[in-house]
Amino acid sequence: MSGRPPAESASPADGAADRSPVEDADVCVIGAGPAGGIVAERLAQAGREVVVLEAGPRFDFDDRLARQERAIRPAYDRPDVWDGDPERDAHSASGEWFYPLNHARVKGVGGSTLHWQGMVMRLHEDDFRSETARGVGVDWPLEYDDLRPYYAEAERELGVAGGEDNPFAPPREEPFPMEAFPPSYSDGLFAEACDELGIEMHSVPNARNSEPYDDRSACVGYGTCQPVCPSGAKYDATVHVERAESKGATVIDRAPVQRLEHGPDAIDAAVYATPDGEYRQAADAFVIACGGVETPRLLLLSESSHYPDGLANSSGLVGRYFMDHLFAGMGGLLDEPTRQNHVGFLTSESHQFYDGADAEFAPFKLEFFNYDGPSPVEMALSGDDWGDDLLERLRSEYGNHVGLGALVEQLPREDSYVALDYDRTDDRGNPVPDVHWNVGDRALRTIERVNEIQRELLEELGAEITWQVGPEDTGPAYHHMGTTRMGTDPTESVVGPDLRTHDLENCWIASSSVFPTGGAMNPTLTIATLALKATDHVLESV
Amino acid sequence: MELTRRDAVAALAALGVGGAAVAGLDRSDWGASGDADARAETVDADRIRETLLAAAEVVYPREVTGIEEFVGAFLEGRLEDPTHATALDETVAKVDELAEAWYGARFATLSAGGRESFLREVGADTADEDPDGTTAERVRYYVVNELLLALYASPTGGELVGIENPQGHPGGMDTYQRGPEP
Ligand SMILES: Cc1cc2nc3c(=O)[nH]c(=O)nc-3n(C[C@H](O)[C@H](O)[C@H](O)COP(=O)(O)OP(=O)(O)OC[C@H]3O[C@@H](n4cnc5c(N)ncnc54)[C@H](O)[C@@H]3O)c2cc1C
Ligand code: SF4
Repeated sequence: MSGRPPAESASPADGAADRSPVEDADVCVIGAGPAGGIVAERLAQAGREVVVLEAGPRFDFDDRLARQERAIRPAYDRPDVWDGDPERDAHSASGEWFYPLNHARVKGVGGSTLHWQGMVMRLHEDDFRSETARGVGVDWPLEYDDLRPYYAEAERELGVAGGEDNPFAPPREEPFPMEAFPPSYSDGLFAEACDELGIEMHSVPNARNSEPYDDRSACVGYGTCQPVCPSGAKYDATVHVERAESKGATVIDRAPVQRLEHGPDAIDAAVYATPDGEYRQAADAFVIACGGVETPRLLLLSESSHYPDGLANSSGLVGRYFMDHLFAGMGGLLDEPTRQNHVGFLTSESHQFYDGADAEFAPFKLEFFNYDGPSPVEMALSGDDWGDDLLERLRSEYGNHVGLGALVEQLPREDSYVALDYDRTDDRGNPVPDVHWNVGDRALRTIERVNEIQRELLEELGAEITWQVGPEDTGPAYHHMGTTRMGTDPTESVVGPDLRTHDLENCWIASSSVFPTGGAMNPTLTIATLALKATDHVLESV
Repeated sequence: MELTRRDAVAALAALGVGGAAVAGLDRSDWGASGDADARAETVDADRIRETLLAAAEVVYPREVTGIEEFVGAFLEGRLEDPTHATALDETVAKVDELAEAWYGARFATLSAGGRESFLREVGADTADEDPDGTTAERVRYYVVNELLLALYASPTGGELVGIENPQGHPGGMDTYQRGPEP
């Protein structure tokens, strides 16, 4: 191994040699992201015969530096980093707000965590009772206390580095598995302004090793966490998928499930395509873990005479209530160095405003950036200059940026949904998912409020403000929630608090698609938490 | 500012090989067994090296020294990949063909000024890089940006701009916490 392997050298690994179905499978897990990976590992550990069907390929760990080069070089788009395929991944976006779906997910063993940022916080207690506490949205059929032990377990599973310095976080019983990452230099600059304004900063829980953990190295500061961590210090779901395999699970890659064959009360088999033809995987139980867009899509594609509107869709709510977190941000320039872009993750946030949420204003959290402004290497590759002129440009444009972000909750709305677009098909002739994304006034009003706080902070810091993302140009944080919501009433929800579909006795869903409301915390820790809970319920029945 | 081996093989440290091993390498250790040429038998590795070095003297800022060893070491990693080596070879052959036609000499033998104007005439300054694109886009990808990527993702290249741990370089957990040099 020497130096940097070129960007073109990365290609999907060969993957499974034999893609035929597993005989006598107890459980078929569909999707190999964190949700599917965790479920598969736990079930295999408990001695069940598990098969995982994954639509995308397997990736080779040794290709990660080459993929990193794709992240840096302008010739490659973000979806190219993980071999996105525009035909396979075709989609529509017919809502009021455009939804860039293929920037928001990865298909392959590891799922979207290959690309993710890796911030992992627990939802707050009020997030589970939005209607009761805030007068909007719905209550979850679970409370924070029901999930508390699962949260602790999920933090160990993902390997979370965090501190107990966050006075706004919900109660917890034990320390994080690893120490938090220390604050950045620019956090220190913000700290003074925050003190002046009475805003409390605290550490960020990261699914990223601050020390060696779980046979993975500590973070080495590559700075390209999103979309690829070459060292493996950032958690991704290959961790769980590989562990599941070591415990006897079979993982079949490049095996997109086309439809679920079923009777009135149960699924019989998953029909999946492969490079060498279509197969049928039977099992006693099925866990759908395809993410918040493909999960409802697969159910809708599996319609039948029993379920003319889509499988498990007696409520008519499969695909409804699509939610994401909204981004609000602002940044500018200081007249001193701010040391950005050394690492690709955040070390400080403020959750101070979160629990002030009510019917008018949504919960939100503030983020202090460590990577605002341009990265010199990326700038160097896209100018018309070189030599001394280029260096001069890099010196004048890099160095003094500061930035703030925020995530804002949006409420579930029936007119925000994932449906099938019958006018467009993917590479296998299936109607593509249409992410029809609508947002709502409470979120937009809250973004305005967030911008005000961000402006105050930047002005206090003495920054010249150069960019803003506000209510007109906000975008999604790539967290797909709500499309198979959880509830106790089968006419108003798709799964119960045991994560099993109301309609089918052997089908569970592990995904943020079950979130009745979204809060404003990044969802994946809660996804992992619910995946652990779903596993317990599956084990009660197979 | 002096480019070092550390810059060229920065990736090694992150892969657990560690600083000590890197420091202990000598020239013959580049490319695992020093047989990068053997692995891409059909490419003219010497010409690629010469051409990229000649281009580096144009696209790198004047204050950078140690270019020859840096470019050589970086390329050894790149030439190990046969697809990349072949594309580099083809691009360099095209560069020489055009240099012969326009200037009557191979690119590497032109004066620094000649190389600079050649790269501009070929359109590599304004082209967007594209490995499968036009000649200008390929020269931008395989020659100009290949070199700029090597430099500005290295600690020495980063330091020139004020970031000793640039994106793409595993510079550890300390630099993001540190303030600017007084
Ligand atoms: C840029 C980016 C940054 C992010 N940052 C954060 C963050 O900081 N914190 C956080 O909490 N979350 C973050 N997320 C979101 C996070 O990645 C997801 O919440 C998480 O990966 C969801 O896990 P999952 O297992 O439900 O789905 P996924 O990870 O999306 O995995 C689903 C898998 O199912 C497969 N699949 C789909 N359909 C089928 C089918 N029909 N048959 C077989 N397989 C199928 C897919 O190919 C995929 O591999 C980020 C996402 C992105 C894109
Ligand atoms: S900064 Fe750390 S976590 Fe991010 S890519 Fe680098 S090594 Fe991975």
